[in-house]
Amino acid sequence: MSEAEKAPSRSLVEVTDLTVEFGELRAVDRLSFRLQRGAALALVGESGSGKSTVAAALLGLHRGTGARVAGAIEVAGVDVQEAPEQTLRRLRGGKAAMVFQDPLSSLDPYYAIGDQIAEVYRVHTRASRRAARARAVEVLDRVGIPDAVRRSRSRPHEFSGGMRQRALIAMALACEPDLLIADEPTTALDVTVQAQILDLLHTLREEMGTGLLLVTHDVGVAAESVDEVLVMRHGRSVEHGPVSAVLGSPEQPYTRELLGAVPRVDVPRASSEAPEEPAAVVLEATGLRREFGRGKRALTAVDDVSLTIHRGETLGIVGESGSGKTTLGRMLVGLLEPTAGEVRYDGHARVGVNPAVQMVFQDPVSSLNPRRSVGESIADPLRARGEGDERRVRGRVRELLERVGLEAAHYDRYPHEFSGGQRQRVGIARALAADPRVIVCDEPVSALDVTTQAHVIALLGELQRELGLALVFVAHDLAVVRQVSDRVAVMRRGRIVEEGPADEVYDNPQDPYTKQLLAAVPALDPQIAAQRRAARRELAVV
Amino acid sequence: MSAPGASGARQLWRRLRTQRSALVAAVVVALLVLVALGAPLLTAIEGQDPTTYHPSLVDSARGGVPIGSFGGVSAEHWLGVEPQTGRDLFARLVHGARVSLGVALAATVVQLVLGVVIGVAAGLGNRWVDLVLTRIADIFVAMPLMVVALALLAIVPTSFPRPVLVALVVGLVSGWGTLAKMVRAQTLTLKELDYVAAARLSGWGTVRIARRELLPGLATPVITFAAILVPTNITVEAALSFLGVGVKPPTPSWGQMLTSADVWYQAAPQYLLLPAGALFVTVLALTVLGDGVRTALDPRAASRLSVGTGRKQEAKGEVS
Amino acid sequence: MTGFGGFILRRAVGALVTLFALSVIIYVVFYVTPGNVAQITCGPRCSPAQVQQVAGQLHLDDPLYARYWHFLQGLFVGQDYSTGTSVQHCSAPCLGLSYQSDQQVTELILAKLPVTASLALGAMVLWLVIGVGTGVLSVWRRGRLTERLLTTLTLAGMSTPVFVIGLVLMIVVCGQLELLPFPQYVAFTDDPEQWAWNLLLPWLSLALIESATYARLTRASMLETLAEDHVRTFRAYGVGERGIIWRHALRGAVAPLIAVNANNIGVLFGGAVLTETLFGLPGIGQEMVEAVKVVDLPVVVGMVLVTGFFVVLANAVADVLYAVADRRVVLT
Repeated sequence: MSEAEKAPSRSLVEVTDLTVEFGELRAVDRLSFRLQRGAALALVGESGSGKSTVAAALLGLHRGTGARVAGAIEVAGVDVQEAPEQTLRRLRGGKAAMVFQDPLSSLDPYYAIGDQIAEVYRVHTRASRRAARARAVEVLDRVGIPDAVRRSRSRPHEFSGGMRQRALIAMALACEPDLLIADEPTTALDVTVQAQILDLLHTLREEMGTGLLLVTHDVGVAAESVDEVLVMRHGRSVEHGPVSAVLGSPEQPYTRELLGAVPRVDVPRASSEAPEEPAAVVLEATGLRREFGRGKRALTAVDDVSLTIHRGETLGIVGESGSGKTTLGRMLVGLLEPTAGEVRYDGHARVGVNPAVQMVFQDPVSSLNPRRSVGESIADPLRARGEGDERRVRGRVRELLERVGLEAAHYDRYPHEFSGGQRQRVGIARALAADPRVIVCDEPVSALDVTTQAHVIALLGELQRELGLALVFVAHDLAVVRQVSDRVAVMRRGRIVEEGPADEVYDNPQDPYTKQLLAAVPALDPQIAAQRRAARRELAVV
Repeated sequence: MSAPGASGARQLWRRLRTQRSALVAAVVVALLVLVALGAPLLTAIEGQDPTTYHPSLVDSARGGVPIGSFGGVSAEHWLGVEPQTGRDLFARLVHGARVSLGVALAATVVQLVLGVVIGVAAGLGNRWVDLVLTRIADIFVAMPLMVVALALLAIVPTSFPRPVLVALVVGLVSGWGTLAKMVRAQTLTLKELDYVAAARLSGWGTVRIARRELLPGLATPVITFAAILVPTNITVEAALSFLGVGVKPPTPSWGQMLTSADVWYQAAPQYLLLPAGALFVTVLALTVLGDGVRTALDPRAASRLSVGTGRKQEAKGEVS
Repeated sequence: MTGFGGFILRRAVGALVTLFALSVIIYVVFYVTPGNVAQITCGPRCSPAQVQQVAGQLHLDDPLYARYWHFLQGLFVGQDYSTGTSVQHCSAPCLGLSYQSDQQVTELILAKLPVTASLALGAMVLWLVIGVGTGVLSVWRRGRLTERLLTTLTLAGMSTPVFVIGLVLMIVVCGQLELLPFPQYVAFTDDPEQWAWNLLLPWLSLALIESATYARLTRASMLETLAEDHVRTFRAYGVGERGIIWRHALRGAVAPLIAVNANNIGVLFGGAVLTETLFGLPGIGQEMVEAVKVVDLPVVVGMVLVTGFFVVLANAVADVLYAVADRRVVLT
């Protein structure tokens, strides 16, 4: 035992005036908090708030990277700032273990999962190879991997996303650490899998008394999992307290703004102006089917889907990954040809694209050509239509830029000069330039922070009312879909399992899958969260 | 994020300027190009030409060793004369630069055109076009360059202008297969990007989309690849000429000069050292410049490929 | 592993198709050259009668596909050549007859193969050890003087043609220092010790130049892996630098190394043209240069085909090894 490992102090984690700087950028600014043994704390914040930087600092992972770390960090009795490399290595994974965000890239693609866990175990114990392998199987079994002996020989790419996340948690448990640090552990996962992982973390904590530091952007995930919340913004602590107090009666304006922006799955759409009489049908899909690949490897992504979209309404399409919702959206706009069935626009069968049916894409990075100014991108539909008068093109683009909340002078700027939310606005302006009657939005806000999300959704709503647009809103986030949709269709494995007016589907779901989905959505209220957890256990039994 | 926009070339230069080694290499390459272009002028200043024999300057009794110290260095012959023939070495060296660089660049152009055209066609074409073109590219990846080039150069009639022939053979046989496969992969990736889909929704046709949205995205990897091709082609030309099937006398070439250099290394060491040194410096400068261009175009990926310079931060970042 | 057999089968079929197409291309290019093919094939010193005879053997009056068919027949079942007075049987795989030495091309190549194989395999061992070692060392000592030094050396290696370093080594080691005699090939079966001593310089020349590529590839690939997320995972779990480098970073370099090495070896088996010429090693490469100089067309075409065969074979083997090294390949 070296000097740095003193007798365990009262707290498991004690951070005092932590400041982390990367060159000019101060990512964390005089942050202090403590975590008692067995307790759970969530660091909540939007992107750029510095929350992940704090997590990395707890294990001394900034050492040697050129980042300047000031302040005191004590984890499980180790002074992380001063401890020699040897002591730090014993801390990492031994007393405090980290669960990373993206479970695929966080595991070595070349080795079996069991071997990777065994490697970590052998670093911290003097166990033999055989004993370490046995331990790996044991922890894999513990986190609910079925047939753990056989599955421990699989490589990461042979696991599903949820299974990989379980495997990472198993690796973290291997040495029975006092502290688990989970950095966005469920962000890459579907909502039902997310619920399973959060439940697993909860159970493990109850049974093993491990402390938990959870880093997340999702207030709901925090509410589900911890006792205490620390809200971060620009590297500073905004509000810190018990989860029920911070989320129930927030004191700071930023916390209130953050909570206000979080879409609620249990609250009906705010300004639902449902049309009194059914408007005309603009887009109609009948018997749509799409297969990928041929022969034995053929995969049916969308299977016999029929939909109608009326003028001025929003149809929400919700589903988990692999449900075929994106393929469906691409067929609606004509980017993909259906294998069977047809799409009718204004009553006429349609082949290929039609400027009147536009799309807003998910990824604000890849949806704009980095080599062309945003003005040029927006002007595309105008030019393609044959508008030759350069002054009128520029004039119209400026108008559109202002309409979506940007400045006319942004015409000549390039995409990398904009934030994610701004780029999504550019994407909307480009769609509008074609004077569309229908816009299919494919996960338009899933890459954005919640506050930005709320602004973009508000903009879409305004434009819809103003222009009488029909919107198809494709998303995985049930709460977001509820906040924008008049009608909702729930997709699973290429089929629509339930469709109807939004409030009916959400408040009184009929299909068991819809029920399961809704039960998996994290609640903002910790008490409701506990009830839900119990309910999920029952659903799982059924 | 690499986003060479309209000012791509200027941006490239700006990033290149920050790397000292690349800058030095660029200067060396520029000098070499100047020498190659101004070879007739330089030899005129010296008052010599690369093909005239000077039998009086070599000692035929001793097998043709140049007369005088250091291989016949004199005010008339700055670097001495060639053993046996007495041709002026300086003139042959600078005219050799002309051949080396010219052949290498011409071959590179052939490789780039073939690689990009076939790669893009495979990436955009239907399943069968793709299959056939990819297979053809595969065959040329497997084509053993030296052997095939040797054979081809042997059967084409000697009346065909030799440097042009060498450039054509090197360009047609090597390099482009790999490039085409890379361009195809990149085209497939770009094709799936949302901004290409958005352009389609705007109502543009395939040709315009290929030109406006796809080709600019190919610029970075293609330039990077070209930066590797040029020095490789220089080496290949030198090798072929060394074997006696490349550029034929009396046209001078560095590789050709080395063919008989080992016999003379004691009497006239510069006959070996000069062409060898010229080859080394040229290939080295082009390689370093190529690394620099790659770093400038894609700082992230290149930091791992670059050699020894300009990656201090990254190196430190890994030690923990 | 399900699908692995199918994967190997697909690659094998692909290799066969490539080989077939390669042979067609080469055959067409060389036998449809401008000028009198019979004259070129027979060589400059042939009499008109001999040329006539060669034209008959090559079936020059037949259409091209028929001629190619004859060629294929020779490859798979053998062929008889009449040389006026006697008939020489060339058994499969028959690549034709050299009209200048009256030898069968297949025999010619088989006779030279041991020399080329000795050179290629020995050099391979050296360049893998030197190249991978340099790569690993420069990653291990990254950011320090050692790395700068190694990367500079690597760069110098990449910029030197093999015949230049070979020349310099030969002049310095054999000429000036007289440490070794000028290389002269001795068969392994005759005297293993002399075999090694005489091949030492050719091996070194080839390996020093080639190892630069491997050092660069190893280093680039390892640094790429080191920047990946999973390395961060193992650092965060207390795995030391040694484990990270040897277990995780180097593992990522294995697959690309296999691919490059296979191609290199394939090309070299078809003749290390430059090295063999420079050191006077009587291998396939030197034979090729000789055949080219006297325009012995059957030998030239045969050698090109054999080299192509080795390259395609090596690449196919590499594909399979690559898939063993990285199972994810099989899935795509």
